[in-house]
Amino acid sequence: MEPSEKKQKLVIIGNGMAPGRALEHLLELAPDAYDVTIFNAEPRVNYDRIMLSPVLSGEKEFEEIIIHGDGWYIKHGIMLYKGHKVVNIDRVAKTVTSDAGTIEPYDKLVIATGSLPFILPVPGNNLPGVLTYRDLDDVRAMLLAAQSRAKAIVIGGGLLGLEAAAGLKSRDMDVTVLHVMPTLMERQLDPAAGYLLEKAVEARGIKVLTKASTKEIVGEKKVEGVLLADGTTLPADLVVMAVGIRPSSSLAKEAGLECNRGIVTDAGMRTSDPDIFAIGECAEVGGQCYGLVAPLYEMARVVAAQLAGNSEATFVHSETPTKLKVTGINLFSVGDLGEGDDRQEIVLRDASAGVYKRLVLKDDRIIGTVLYGETSDGAWFHDLTKKRTDISEMRDTLIFGQSYQGGSPLDPMAAVAALPDDAEICGCNGICKGKITGAITGKGLTSLDDVRAHTKASASCGSCTGLVEQLLSLTLGDSYNPSAVTPMCSCTDLGHDDVRRLIKAKGLKSIPAVMQELEWKTSCGCAKCRPALNYYLVSDWPDEYADDYQSRFINERVHANIQKDGTYSVVPRMWGGMTSSKELRAIADVVDKFEIPAVKVTGGQRIDMLGIKKEDLPAVWADLGKAGFVSGQAYAKGLRTVKTCVGTDWCRFGTQDSTGLGIRIEKFMWGSWTPAKLKMAVSGCPRNCAEATCKDIGIICVDSGFEIHFAGAAGLDIKGTEVLGLVHTEDEALEHVVALAQMYREQGRYLERIYKWAKRVGLDEIRRQIMGDAEKRKSYFDRFVFSQKFAQVDPWSERVSGVDKHEFQPMATIAYQQAAE
Amino acid sequence: MNDWIEIGALNDIPRRGARCVMTPQGKIAVFRTMEDQVFAIDDHCPHKGGPLSQGIVHGASVTCPLHNWVISLETGKALGADEGSVKTIAIKRDGERLFALLERAAVAAE
Repeated sequence: MEPSEKKQKLVIIGNGMAPGRALEHLLELAPDAYDVTIFNAEPRVNYDRIMLSPVLSGEKEFEEIIIHGDGWYIKHGIMLYKGHKVVNIDRVAKTVTSDAGTIEPYDKLVIATGSLPFILPVPGNNLPGVLTYRDLDDVRAMLLAAQSRAKAIVIGGGLLGLEAAAGLKSRDMDVTVLHVMPTLMERQLDPAAGYLLEKAVEARGIKVLTKASTKEIVGEKKVEGVLLADGTTLPADLVVMAVGIRPSSSLAKEAGLECNRGIVTDAGMRTSDPDIFAIGECAEVGGQCYGLVAPLYEMARVVAAQLAGNSEATFVHSETPTKLKVTGINLFSVGDLGEGDDRQEIVLRDASAGVYKRLVLKDDRIIGTVLYGETSDGAWFHDLTKKRTDISEMRDTLIFGQSYQGGSPLDPMAAVAALPDDAEICGCNGICKGKITGAITGKGLTSLDDVRAHTKASASCGSCTGLVEQLLSLTLGDSYNPSAVTPMCSCTDLGHDDVRRLIKAKGLKSIPAVMQELEWKTSCGCAKCRPALNYYLVSDWPDEYADDYQSRFINERVHANIQKDGTYSVVPRMWGGMTSSKELRAIADVVDKFEIPAVKVTGGQRIDMLGIKKEDLPAVWADLGKAGFVSGQAYAKGLRTVKTCVGTDWCRFGTQDSTGLGIRIEKFMWGSWTPAKLKMAVSGCPRNCAEATCKDIGIICVDSGFEIHFAGAAGLDIKGTEVLGLVHTEDEALEHVVALAQMYREQGRYLERIYKWAKRVGLDEIRRQIMGDAEKRKSYFDRFVFSQKFAQVDPWSERVSGVDKHEFQPMATIAYQQAAE
Repeated sequence: MNDWIEIGALNDIPRRGARCVMTPQGKIAVFRTMEDQVFAIDDHCPHKGGPLSQGIVHGASVTCPLHNWVISLETGKALGADEGSVKTIAIKRDGERLFALLERAAVAAE
């Protein structure tokens, strides 16, 4: 475009999923046609609203459902006003005005104000504690309420209400769903499927009351309960209204645009003013308003084409399948499920498996489908409906699904392979098979994320992820590695980060609970996942979790290091590397008494006794304990040593008491478990005799204070440390080091050393949280201190006093004589 | 000739754990699974002789503490890509009491 040519001004009111998608299309079709300004009444960027339920249940974080981050707007030169609600459209002057007073002129205007939750017109509907379920603020308010673990009532047994109920239940609330109709989701399901759904919802501990009409919400200053039309009152601390939505069209109405239920548009999404378009839930096209995402995305496509100059682009109505996003409940419904003389039906039930399938037929064609429990053929049935395929030939086996037709095998891959190119894979985004396979081959895509980025398939609700992955393996063959995330081990598909997050989110407090809730594929885990889970639980629930010794590696189980011949080595703690004649004498005596074959000075400034028989360990510890020694935890994924130099005590260059600080840190932090071993050092001056700059955490003392280093390595990898920052007092040094260690304890993957963790989460992020955010630092510090209350127990003296005796003695010794009898 | 010899009680062994029994033929490792199945094998990994009794027990397998070979407690065979096997010893349970089938040959030689 010539610089002299002035760009047109495009203003968009609303920043939901439809306008977000429209902009993507527009940037593709005509990247330079418009200067774009967006007004978002919500104070944030564009996010995937249909994924709010997983955020509510704790299966996802908000950051994971952002579609366009701030960077996207900057990159495309789009002006985004966050938290600005547009209050007026002046069609004569062609400007819009926001509540903050910003006036913005437009050449073309897109209204995408979405919808408002419908509030029941009953007394008490404005009491504090009455919420709707529409945006992130609602979710945050619900999460806050859920902390009380109190009673919640969800009014409305439709899609949104059930998702809200499941989310609140997973946050440990006592949840009741009130539904005015006799069965749940009656608009999408028939009564049989509604019944199965009700059973499944109740099996999750959610109470369901059908035919329950709300008369009043009672309470003095806040919600106390719900009064039903039949006179019963149900107590509640939180009421969520999820009874439906209505298009948000008042702004358009005031501007004099033609409105009916929604803002009336032609098939090109144009309102009664030719320069103004409306899309999304606020628009009424062909006499219909829409709430599911697929038709909204279709509107986005149309408006983008119109704005790019294609006046032919038109919106075409299509049926959209309904899916419920509640983990573990599989439900699919589409089309016309009504009964009638001209209709027939095919029904399949399997009570023990909880499966119900029903197809409604008219003139040998499928016009409606309900699948409950087993939904993998949904796309195929839907495809037959859309193509108006005559099914009379396969009628006898139709209900069993695609894999029973034409003698093809029961292999899901074969079923996907058999789909025609125009079969819809992603219902949310209307992406068909051919488009996905075309993108995979044409653009050389190799991962699920690639496909999502290029085609949007499975990028919204994600329920077609399995199909997309099958298409990837079909197209790429063996070169496709399905998991972008490396699973913890073969017992699960989840990666370490997901497992850590879900342990917290779902409040899982034992290894069996983790394996059950996260659907472990083995009954008892393996030697990879069990120690990792044990660490995560120790780290996350220090006061509540009972350490599972059988899930610890032998060294941590017997508090010594196993050697190649099955003997053990023992390393007592020498605080900061300092020792005394008394200690050395005690070690010498132990070595003589137990005929310990080798004694060695370690790299961590202490003494290792090697070749001790397992049976002798408790006696060795008893003697060492008498001399004041405790375990050096030289075997632990935990704090090992704090190496020091002699600092100002002796050294002519020393700037601070490095020995004293090292001992202080070691005494503060010993006993703590960490994702992998944690080695530290304190050097008294930049000459760095304690080699602090290749440690996991190191401190270099300088005249002005203490320079804190971290993320060094001197093992398989060699890497100098990074500087965290400079602090001025010993107390501050301790607080920063401890907070850093705690952050690593909470986020690290098991066996991931601190330098690898730091690389993964970013050095700046760590500096920001530990150096830049005093509140955060303090809370990490406090959590570490709390955890130490339970961790600082000397395991050696425990075992000397008899704990785990069985570990150190054979169960039986069979003598020759005994065997001879 | 083999004899059933009492080696101890079920509760001497922690679930998902192991204890050793010293016999004239060497050290054997006796395992108890999560489901209270009991197995015995030589306490000697076919790879480099690691003490299998010290490994992590999962399902009916144990992972050797030295180099992570996984050994089936039922068959004594290495699982996965590794090849090798270790001798299994029959175990009989009578209520809480455990018996191992040990060779008499070693005794006769005495």
